Amino acid sequence: MNASAMHSWHRWRSAIAWPLVAIVMLLLVNAAFDWTRTGTFAGAFQRGGFLSIVMIDGRPTGAIMDTLSRGATVALLAIGMALVIAGRGIDLSIGTVMAITGVTAAAVVDRGAPGWLAIPAALAAALVCGAWNGFLVTIGRLQPFVATLILMVAGRGIAQALADGQILTFRDPVIEFLSGGRVPWLPVPVPLLVAMLAALVTFIATRRTAAGLLLEAVGSNPGAARLAGIRERLLVFVTYVASALCAGLAGLIECARVRSADPSRLGLSLELAGIFAVVAGGASLAGGRFVLGGAIAGAYLLQTMTTTMYARDVSSDVAPLPIACVILAVCLLGSPRFRSDLRAIVKRGKQ
Amino acid sequence: MDARTEELPVAVRAQGLGKSFPGVRALTNVDFDVRHGEVHALMGENGAGKSTLIRILSGVHRADEGTITVTGAAVPFRNGRFPGSPGEAERAGISVVHQEIDLLPNLSVAENIGLGRQRTRFGLLLQRLMRERATAALARLGIALNVRLRLADCPIAVRQMVAIARALDVSAQLLILDEPTSSLDAEETARLFTMLRRLRDGGLAIVLISHSIGEVCSIADRITVLRNGTRVGTWNAPELPPAALVEMMTGRTVTSGERSSVAPAVLPELPALRAEDLACGHVLGPVTLSLHAGETLGIAGLLGSGRSELLRAIFGADAPDGGTVAVKGVRVRPGSVRASIAAGMAFLSEDRARDGVFADLSVGENLLMALQARCGAMRPIPRTEAKAIVDRFIAALGIRAASADAPIASLSGGNQQKVLLARWLAIEPTVLLLDEPTRGMDVGARAEIESLLASLRHRGLALAIVSSELDETVRTSQRVLVLRDRAVAGMIESADVSEGAILALVAHGGDPA
Repeated sequence: MNASAMHSWHRWRSAIAWPLVAIVMLLLVNAAFDWTRTGTFAGAFQRGGFLSIVMIDGRPTGAIMDTLSRGATVALLAIGMALVIAGRGIDLSIGTVMAITGVTAAAVVDRGAPGWLAIPAALAAALVCGAWNGFLVTIGRLQPFVATLILMVAGRGIAQALADGQILTFRDPVIEFLSGGRVPWLPVPVPLLVAMLAALVTFIATRRTAAGLLLEAVGSNPGAARLAGIRERLLVFVTYVASALCAGLAGLIECARVRSADPSRLGLSLELAGIFAVVAGGASLAGGRFVLGGAIAGAYLLQTMTTTMYARDVSSDVAPLPIACVILAVCLLGSPRFRSDLRAIVKRGKQ
Repeated sequence: MDARTEELPVAVRAQGLGKSFPGVRALTNVDFDVRHGEVHALMGENGAGKSTLIRILSGVHRADEGTITVTGAAVPFRNGRFPGSPGEAERAGISVVHQEIDLLPNLSVAENIGLGRQRTRFGLLLQRLMRERATAALARLGIALNVRLRLADCPIAVRQMVAIARALDVSAQLLILDEPTSSLDAEETARLFTMLRRLRDGGLAIVLISHSIGEVCSIADRITVLRNGTRVGTWNAPELPPAALVEMMTGRTVTSGERSSVAPAVLPELPALRAEDLACGHVLGPVTLSLHAGETLGIAGLLGSGRSELLRAIFGADAPDGGTVAVKGVRVRPGSVRASIAAGMAFLSEDRARDGVFADLSVGENLLMALQARCGAMRPIPRTEAKAIVDRFIAALGIRAASADAPIASLSGGNQQKVLLARWLAIEPTVLLLDEPTRGMDVGARAEIESLLASLRHRGLALAIVSSELDETVRTSQRVLVLRDRAVAGMIESADVSEGAILALVAHGGDPA
């Protein structure tokens, strides 16, 4: 391994270390609960235990499989958001884009078209949304926060109009495959598979080309990037399109899960989850360096928290509070500055 | 020792300061004291440790070893050894004006001066009081300025003055000026020095960092020289003539550079660069110039004469309103940086932090950025090739970095500048536009850059160099274009290039005096 590869490995490791540590600790906490509940240590791995994986109808089920499947939604959002934030932007519209894509898919199926047609149509809608955001930011020169806020708010209206103000329900095998499908010989939830595929494509598109580096340059110093001859506006434009496409996939998975698309609820406030995941994965909102693995680990940390809350029967009204506490702890521990301050305090205490 | 400074009470004393950064030993066992009523110059090459020393004094960095004592400080430092934060340093009476001016461009002049010490009444800001105090603070420096102006709308020299006014607005015991004159012209520098002398005679202790030997000799009472993070010595200024000072700084004898040879007798027919009637709003009038392969064109003029704006307009960094630019006879799309680069132009801006450095990225990534941008996102430079290019330029330009993977922010200003120069040399341009390429550099690094530029010229590059250092312009240029009030005052041809000739044009324009 040469020095440069070593360098990026260090960066990668430090970005995903803290979310992973937090996930492992959550699993241990759950195991401890199961232990006290059942009275045996093995309780955690038996049916009903948090760490159990039981085959039902030939498919693995349990809290862990559930986490892997449901976490895919935020993981997808985090992948797109990581790119946008790396380019010194922010995308507040992804929750709304989820709703627009979900409703589009449902409306297409509603009119009798098959699912293999509805999915590309829905993703095309997402693409238009991303292009609109990109246009406002790069050509319109609006601040990303404001530019994407417009679609975040107005897009709900578009989704309502597409759905005629109804909650659209549908049955379609192709779309339903996205949430409950079974891949032969591969006992992995399809949503996880979709998220991993998106991550792989994004990784290749950014790290096997120079696009990732150029994007980091744009986020680090946009003015200098322009003077170095980087097509900074094109790069930023593409990040918004990528973010919307990721949100589109997430929207399809979510509406496939419940076989319906609710224009007012689908993806509601998930943009914040996406931002949370990216930040927990060690990225700075000021742009620059990004690590996809960190954002995905951050997304799964969120989902592990949520699943834990369900498993421990914490009411959904109260659940955000412990989740916020864990996120705060991970962000603080992930900051080198906080760690060195903490060490100084501990050292002073010993004296 | 000079009797006058001998008797003066010590204002700030640093003892045995040491500081390491990852991979770099920045400061080793440095003793340093400043007395009330003296201007104490701190000299040294890039990377000698001046900035580190200043940052420790001002509470930005924490020293690994050593102590700082401020005589007459109302409150002792909380850790008992040195200021733990910039605020603590300021309360102890240590004020700093940094080289990269750290003001808030979106706020007004008055707000910048008063920020952090606003007076309020019932929780409301006393805007008028703040403005009056700011106006008074500027008036003490001999500046009349509308303090409601947004700082971003002021020229860089004015921002410098505002920064000094801000530093003096607190009850400072010690004023530290890091390269205060690097963006000032001769007249503004003289005004600044008059002001500094007045402050000194009022009992203020002043530490001055400057790369201009002439300036230092004209104003300093004592001089401390640092080299490679250690103190070489402290002298009374009269005891250290310029030549000796340079020797102390570099550790070697430096002969003053001879003026390079005059232009080749026969210039190629087609100029490498031709700009015709290039104009840019109210910052640049119509300018016409041509530049040939193998020659260096100096561009001289006072600050605000349009010299930086001319380079930016040629390169397309700012879109010109009119006129044309052609490289080797081929028209370049105006206002397009990418078109300019594709045509073979490269441009090194004067503002390193704003226009050049990617602070998050490594030395190697910074160095390769222009090449990678030209290759495009889809064609990444293979790792082995990238490493070869980076290593070659690090060696060729003598860039002092722990490794190519070190963050560029860990390099000294001069070394960052070399990385940015390497960024452009890596794309092998035919026309190199340089705006203050040696700004903020010490004599040694400056000589290195100058000889590097000369060798590039001999290899057939066409260079245009903006410099506010007349001696540098005379040394490096075959021809000199003098700008005055945003228009061409005159062109000085090879044999006639001299500081006197340039000054005459700067002062009197094309008209006979």
